[in-house]
Amino acid sequence: MNRVVVTGIGVISALGLNQNEFWQALQQGCCGIRPIESLDVSQLRFHNGAEVRGYNPENTFPPDVLPLMERFTHLALVAADQALAQAAVQWTPQLREKAAIITGSCVGGQAAQEAGYWNLFHEGQTRVHPLTIPLSMSNAAASHISMRFGVRGPAFTISTACSSSAHAIGHAFWMVRSGKVPLAIAGGSEAPFVFGVLKAWESLRVISKDTCRPFSADRSGTVLGEGAAMLVLEPRDLSLARGACPLAEIVGFGMSADAGHITNPSADGAALAMRSALEDSGLAAEQIGYINAHGTGTIENDKTETRAIRTVFGTHADRLAVSSTKSMHGHALGAAGALEAAATIFALRDGILPPTANFTSPDPACDLDVIPNHRRKLSVEACLSNSFAFGGLNAVLAFKTADTL
Amino acid sequence: MPESIEERVLRVISSSRRIPRAAVLPECTLDELGIDSLDRVNILFDLESEFNIDIDGEEAKKATKVSEIVEAMKQLVEESVKASPEH
Repeated sequence: MNRVVVTGIGVISALGLNQNEFWQALQQGCCGIRPIESLDVSQLRFHNGAEVRGYNPENTFPPDVLPLMERFTHLALVAADQALAQAAVQWTPQLREKAAIITGSCVGGQAAQEAGYWNLFHEGQTRVHPLTIPLSMSNAAASHISMRFGVRGPAFTISTACSSSAHAIGHAFWMVRSGKVPLAIAGGSEAPFVFGVLKAWESLRVISKDTCRPFSADRSGTVLGEGAAMLVLEPRDLSLARGACPLAEIVGFGMSADAGHITNPSADGAALAMRSALEDSGLAAEQIGYINAHGTGTIENDKTETRAIRTVFGTHADRLAVSSTKSMHGHALGAAGALEAAATIFALRDGILPPTANFTSPDPACDLDVIPNHRRKLSVEACLSNSFAFGGLNAVLAFKTADTL
Repeated sequence: MPESIEERVLRVISSSRRIPRAAVLPECTLDELGIDSLDRVNILFDLESEFNIDIDGEEAKKATKVSEIVEAMKQLVEESVKASPEH
């Protein structure tokens, strides 16, 4: 079995257009949640979101390629470009033939679908655009990454709501660890700022009208975000032999299903996924110094996740730090797990734990050390990144400081 | 005689949650009726359709008894009548 390291990360989010802007903002507790600008929100009950600002697809992709891609695909490609550039992957025909691409997305390209349906149901048209399917399919991001880089190995997309990209990274990790593939590009992307999608979220009454304040007593729901993060995973030995600089080692992946309720989270299911990730990693619970929480900012999630962490870690739960970076980059659904994996890796690399921003007052039901509002300089040995999806499908990743000796 | 607001609310809860109409009484708690958080947003959605009003605000999510929903709906319907141009 290979040890597996992360050698490149690409990030585009409400916190900036690259990993440096993302990590600087996270450290400073900057919040990317602002009034939604990309569409008219006057008919919505919430008006704030974590949109990517300052990104111009026309400046990024050639005009002949652009119409073939929805926004969630653009974002995935931007992140994949950055990740591969940082990893300085030396492509050979053999590597291209075997490398894997695993992406996560929850809603896919809904704007194309919505436009088609509008024409069909409202405008009286009798046809929809032939690109509606290739634009909207959730695997479009994986397909376009494969075409852009000529990567021809296993490529697929996982759609498990808010756990999608954590599941994607976890499976990529297992494939590299087992030796099945020599490299994987894995992560997720999401672009949910589409009127129909926002209306559907509004109906669920889980979106905050102001901001996302996970673990605070007065939290009022989550805030949707968009973005993408992609990781390059490689066998540690091969990466060191080619002179790469690992950012962190990925050491464990755990999954579980709540087998409970379609929307209400279960502490048992979350705990099972965390235990499974620990078991997979061979780490003792006491080695975990930081958890990047799922921390959506809903009443239910945050107290349930707290219970799950206490169940798994016992008294060590009082010694580990936990934060929700969704308070800054928003809840990017299928991209959330990848954005948070990136945040977790930077925290490990730099010995700086990102805060839970927008924190006001503690909730006794969320009695963890949630790093309120200000980052903490603390080197930790290992971290978990939690993702718990609607539908009760959970994915937890475990990372460890890169050991390059 | 037209159906009262209370009767309409009880009917909507009954049909939305698919429980017998006779079992839905004002004094019931939502827990007693097995109404969870997802049922609750479904009921709010159906009440919006029934009364053709917008049920906004965090309070709507906090009701614990059927009677609280009935009272809230009476108030919202009254406000909506006052706000209508014909009034």
